[in-house]
Amino acid sequence: MSESEWPLWEVFIRGQQGLAHQHAGSLHAPDAESAVNNARDVYTRRNEGVSIWVVKSTDITASSPSEKGPLFEPAASKPYRHPTFYEVPDEVKHL
Amino acid sequence: MSLYDYLLRLGDNALILSQRLGEWCGHGPVLEEDIALTNVALDLLGQARLWLAYAGELTGRDEDQLAFLRDAGEFRNVLLVEQPNGDFAHTIVRQFFFDAWHHLLLEKLSDSSDERIRGIAAKALKEVTYHLRRGADWMVRLGDGTEESHSRMENAAGDLWMYTGELFEMDAVEQEMAQSGIGCDLAALREPWMAQLRAVFAEAMLEIPKQTWMQHGGKRGVHSEKLGFILAELQFMQRAYPGAKW
Repeated sequence: MSESEWPLWEVFIRGQQGLAHQHAGSLHAPDAESAVNNARDVYTRRNEGVSIWVVKSTDITASSPSEKGPLFEPAASKPYRHPTFYEVPDEVKHL
Repeated sequence: MSLYDYLLRLGDNALILSQRLGEWCGHGPVLEEDIALTNVALDLLGQARLWLAYAGELTGRDEDQLAFLRDAGEFRNVLLVEQPNGDFAHTIVRQFFFDAWHHLLLEKLSDSSDERIRGIAAKALKEVTYHLRRGADWMVRLGDGTEESHSRMENAAGDLWMYTGELFEMDAVEQEMAQSGIGCDLAALREPWMAQLRAVFAEAMLEIPKQTWMQHGGKRGVHSEKLGFILAELQFMQRAYPGAKW
């Protein structure tokens, strides 16, 4: 049972305060159940988490770095998409 | 003093098993398992500190003096926990035998008439619940794994079986603790322990060993030579440099 036979899993942890799961890192495990166990031991030892998700790394479809131009550059020239042109009234707190 | 002796038993089981598991640090079969085993070791070390600190208060010594300055004959751990790590199968089977018992014991001690013991047991129980879950998972994976993993698990169970009798042994100290409501009737834990074993062994396609001869003595300080080697490593710093601190 060598490590190379175990698939890689991506681990997502929901922290004590946060609302969304965040990518914590990856690890090797033979199946989903042990991936959760391993994630508990590797990524929540310092009280970081209240919930764990794992997903096989091969099941993640990623954007390609070579497509960076067409995918992301057009957004750079559209500052009006940022809601920074509004004046926030003084009465509005916690925005 | 029975309570002192009783607390040493609880503390020494945790301390010696923790030290054994610590030997895996840097040698685990995979990185994830290396971290997991040392996590368990650290949980047990934390429990050992709580038990030994309490024992120390009864006799005017602190947890460090009890851990580092007692000789083998004064240790009260069961023989099971001082058995060598062996191959990974021996480590897993030893851990499962111990965890299944430890979990039942801590459940009982969570109702102890001694408030301090109740508190420590309740805290430890959460940790041990996870240890047991992990251990049972490995038992099934390796027992019902490859031909080699199956035969290694069967060997390990056979080698370690004779150290399980001591877990349920009621001697004068245990009797007194049970009667005063501080401890519990260990003999009564045997059946629920066996029930758990039967379930996990069946799922793991393993047979529960049939031998009936049991080794014992650890609880009254009669140990194998193996404990001496463990203590040599555990106690070296304090013996060589008395009073040394971090």
